[in-house]
Amino acid sequence: MKLYSLSGHPSLPCYILKFKFTTIMLDCALDMSSAMHFLPLTLVHSPRLAKLHNWSSKDGNKAVEKELKECAGRLFVDSAPEFLVPEKDLLDLSTVDAILISNYHCMLALPYITERSGFSGPVFATEPTLQIGRQLMEELVTLIERVPKPRASSKWKNKDVLRSLPSPLKDAQDIWSWRQCYSLQEVNSALSKVRLVGFSQKNELFGAVYVTPLSSGYCLGSCNWLIQSEYERVAYMASSSLFTTHPQPMDQAPLRGCDVLLLTGLTQFPTANPDSMLGEFCSNLAVTVRGGGSVLVPCYPSGVIYDLLECLAQYLDSAGLSGTPLYFLSPVASSSLEFSQIFSEWLCRSKQSKAYLPEPPFIHAELLHSNRLKHFASIHGDFSTEFRQPCVVFAGHPSLRCGDAVHFMELWGRSSLNTVIFTEPGFNHLDALAPFQPLAMKAVHCPIDTGLNFPQVSKLLKDIQPVHVICPEQYTAPPAAHPHRSDLQLERQPPPCTMRRAEALALPVRRRYERVELSPEVAESLIPSEVKPGISVATVMASLSTRDNKHVLQPLPKTPASSAKKRKRGEVLARMPQPLLWGSVSIDRLLQSLEKQGVKDVKVESVGDGHILHLQAEDSIIQLSADSTHIICTDEGLRARLRDVLVHLLNRL
Amino acid sequence: MPEIKVTPLGAGQDVGRSCILVSIGGRNIMLDCGMHMGYNDDRRFPDFSYITQNGRLTEFLDCVIISHFHLDHCGALPYMSEMVGFDGPIYMTHPTKAICPILLEDYRKITVDRKGETNFFTSQMIKDCMKKVVTVHLHQTLQVDDELEIKAYYAGHVLGAAMFQIRVGSESVVYTGDYNMTPDRHLGAAWIDKCRPDLLITESTYATTIRDSKRCRERDFLKKVHDSVEKGGKVLIPVFALGRAQELCILLETFWERMNLKAPIYFSTGLTEKANHYYKLFITWTNQKIRKTFVQRNMFEFKHIKPFDRSYTDNPGPMVVFATPGMLHAGQSLQIFKRWAGSDKNMVIMPGYCVQGTIGHKILSGQRKLEMEGRQTLEVKMQVEYMSFSAHADAKGIMQLIRQAEPRNVLLVHGEAKKMVFLKNKIEQEFGLACRMPANGETVTIATCPNIPADASISLLKNESLGSLPNPKRPRVLHATLIMKDNTLRLVPPSQAIKELGHTEHQLRFTASLQLRLPPGEADALTHLCNHLRSVLKDYSIQRLQDGSVMVESVLIKASGTADEQATQEVLVSWSYQDEDLGSYLMSLLKKGLP
Repeated sequence: MKLYSLSGHPSLPCYILKFKFTTIMLDCALDMSSAMHFLPLTLVHSPRLAKLHNWSSKDGNKAVEKELKECAGRLFVDSAPEFLVPEKDLLDLSTVDAILISNYHCMLALPYITERSGFSGPVFATEPTLQIGRQLMEELVTLIERVPKPRASSKWKNKDVLRSLPSPLKDAQDIWSWRQCYSLQEVNSALSKVRLVGFSQKNELFGAVYVTPLSSGYCLGSCNWLIQSEYERVAYMASSSLFTTHPQPMDQAPLRGCDVLLLTGLTQFPTANPDSMLGEFCSNLAVTVRGGGSVLVPCYPSGVIYDLLECLAQYLDSAGLSGTPLYFLSPVASSSLEFSQIFSEWLCRSKQSKAYLPEPPFIHAELLHSNRLKHFASIHGDFSTEFRQPCVVFAGHPSLRCGDAVHFMELWGRSSLNTVIFTEPGFNHLDALAPFQPLAMKAVHCPIDTGLNFPQVSKLLKDIQPVHVICPEQYTAPPAAHPHRSDLQLERQPPPCTMRRAEALALPVRRRYERVELSPEVAESLIPSEVKPGISVATVMASLSTRDNKHVLQPLPKTPASSAKKRKRGEVLARMPQPLLWGSVSIDRLLQSLEKQGVKDVKVESVGDGHILHLQAEDSIIQLSADSTHIICTDEGLRARLRDVLVHLLNRL
Repeated sequence: MPEIKVTPLGAGQDVGRSCILVSIGGRNIMLDCGMHMGYNDDRRFPDFSYITQNGRLTEFLDCVIISHFHLDHCGALPYMSEMVGFDGPIYMTHPTKAICPILLEDYRKITVDRKGETNFFTSQMIKDCMKKVVTVHLHQTLQVDDELEIKAYYAGHVLGAAMFQIRVGSESVVYTGDYNMTPDRHLGAAWIDKCRPDLLITESTYATTIRDSKRCRERDFLKKVHDSVEKGGKVLIPVFALGRAQELCILLETFWERMNLKAPIYFSTGLTEKANHYYKLFITWTNQKIRKTFVQRNMFEFKHIKPFDRSYTDNPGPMVVFATPGMLHAGQSLQIFKRWAGSDKNMVIMPGYCVQGTIGHKILSGQRKLEMEGRQTLEVKMQVEYMSFSAHADAKGIMQLIRQAEPRNVLLVHGEAKKMVFLKNKIEQEFGLACRMPANGETVTIATCPNIPADASISLLKNESLGSLPNPKRPRVLHATLIMKDNTLRLVPPSQAIKELGHTEHQLRFTASLQLRLPPGEADALTHLCNHLRSVLKDYSIQRLQDGSVMVESVLIKASGTADEQATQEVLVSWSYQDEDLGSYLMSLLKKGLP
């Protein structure tokens, strides 16, 4: 059993597990933090960004200088953003048998794997994961493709150039694994390989292992995976949550007592409680709106936004600001809002029971109906006629490198009345703001990450009691932002094994058993004997047939009569194993038995702990000791008789 | 021999009142708990006294499974759980859980409020009953207890309808409920994997029918409605609120739009608006086309179909009205029917199956003078049409499902006895499967012969495959010891078993000598012997050791001296008891002499 880590980001996992002849990829998340080094793509021409200076290098390399722009003391690459894809050179990805997806945030690198590596197996995901994952991918592709940039820049990646660049671009990780975004066609082809699964659905892979998705409580349709054979169980925990939000609660009982627990996706802000962040979000927003300013919330088109809308609507009502228009801008806004309403089966109990009434589970149906919430594909088109300020705009992309959010940063950035509130935990908000500096607009950071925190993890581990724990290396030391908080790390005896990008680990699990089925005929033919109280044994002699990695014992076939034919091929004998013998032979009983066989003239000689029997008339010798017998006899008939006598006196298995 | 027992309390050689008891692996399961539309007395509910004469059912049943929300499958549920008494889990899908209490309440109202019956279940009982419901996802493997697990498959038929697989250990039963093997305008087709159950319990409503293509039926239906409306007639379509109604609405809606028709279409109010809402919220249970396009255009938002008011009944001019219930046995559809029956311009289209005893059944069987309450008779002049739109599998579909699931036995329920016999013969001929069709209260026993699982040590399996490359065509011979201890079965190599039991292995060896005659010119017997053996025993490993002796697999052959003057040499052959076959074979071979 072996594990490979293809990603170094603890919340954007990509692993490969080799387990019992199968090679399974666990998630394939896309690390988009690399986009922070690129200039934003603007929907409307921005004179400010157009006027930025080229970088001036020491050696005056014009080709490289054109690719890099200087803005507020930082260097940015002037091309469409690139993303860090999972490691491709650690092992041949075409040997991967299947990909398991745990939630829609952890699948955005899927087209890079399924379309560009020779992978040909199925991808397992739940229906919400597929639909919302599709929306996220479609949004990403649309946002990037609708602002065409001339060409990819790659000259700056030259090793010599790189060395001379200033930080932070110089220190960027794994730039050779940065890739331009995939196309819509690749998205469709990748998603056509998805096989839909439901929570707790046991799926067989090649008869060798079973993979089961279990609700993880993190987002709509999110799951952890249990990968098991009849004897070994490996649990893969991606982002999970014990907070009460809209998804179905986490199902942790089936994970109990697993042999290996791979723990990823803990909260990225262990000191920020999601509930208090949500409160801060609402109050900051209300303050801005009351002051006549507008609020931008850069966010993904699905997920926390549903909770934000629900919370916000109630808060604005109580604050007497019900009239504030809420705008949701995304190419997939309408389908995100529609789809969220039809997944009632995947929601928490209170939302689920709303569908029984029948009412839409999420409050945003009501907000849409009363025109408080309006959604648009982009700022172009109908939006301009509807647009009223002050207002709240939810728009992508949370990296502020593409999408409608970029436009609102340019529009509102110069007024201190306005506020941008960051809620998505995946991006550093200071880096996100860097190309928009200097800013007069307020920036508030309220990261809402409902992933498990360390107290929850330690409680969870006590409940699950895994034999071995494996986690990304980041979890065994305090976070960089809080180097002295030793409580913000994973502690356990024995200490967890850690992994980093492009590393392989042999799992400390030894397989000892495999399931074999006895056909009723074989079972009936067995003759059990009780050797000790409560323990019976029986010798099994049967033919083992293995199909689809399943072993069944059938009765031995009757030996066919056409042995002459076989002889030609050199198969002289049917190789039938003989039973194993155990026990010891008492000399007296042996002599008695020999006498019955007509062997009378026996001279017994004691040697050490055994005896030597000279069968004088037959000119044969039997050497007898506690655990071995040697028959030296040339007459075949006699030898067979002696053999039967001894076998009869011993125990057989 | 383990066995599975099945006893239908309802739906045995009959349609309606589905309720089937199954005993498998020591567990008792009730499949569906329905009422019979044709009766108003005790016979409308299954006879639960079959399970126990006195008291509650909880200790006799491990769980109850409801396949879908039709009343002939869940109508007796509150009676069973609250009045007879059952506190165990009741399993159903989400849409069924949402819709079933509404239909039950409707049924209760008609029975208690209109017909004035007492001793019937109350609204509170319906609520209490629904609290015992556990919902299942499609394909979720739900563990009822340590050994009993159930799994739901999509069944088409109506929103949320499911087939259920019930498994205990390696024995399993599949119960289809009602299902439909062809996708229609709003639902997909039933699907099941090759799960090879010991028993398949299937409905057989349309056991003898092989329906023509859906398209023809739809065209027929539209033509009849259109002709009648053109002539200024009124068309009544009695339906159940959920299911066929939505399919026919989609059909008429698109037709009206295409043909630009103006005649009004009404839908009797109450349940139906709500019903459409359920379809919108559970759109993941509808067919692929609707699911794909619902963001742009939700098929369950109808433009041409308006809610019906009782006062419209006598409006002049043509109209089409969908009214509940579907078998004309009560309610609005019956009231409208009474008003319109007198005119031959009007038409009633029955889109589904009607149970014996209902007015629907009577007019379909050609009766034109009906006895109504209060000794009145009603003369039916309006045209009566029957169009099978009910979403049951036809004979072809049933055979198709059997082919998909590959069961070892088949059992027919939910059909008429005569038709069942026909289908039973067909199944027995075509698949060679045993097929049963028990009547209500009759128990069928099916013997199963499951394989017995054991834990085999890896070393054993690896060892066996070492001998020769695994070849699926040549089964390998496995020699092992089965250790039975504390209810576990373990297969280990015999040597390991001996060790585990605290014994030592006893080595038995044989050594025999024989005189080998050397051919002229040969100095060393063993070289020659070695060559000879290699030509005879091609599959065996034959090695020459350093001291000159020969190893055939693990049988040792040694020369005990040099060749004497008669050109013979004494050779010793030594082997252990495990090589007895090879050893004795070699002896007989060598005795024949060298060539």
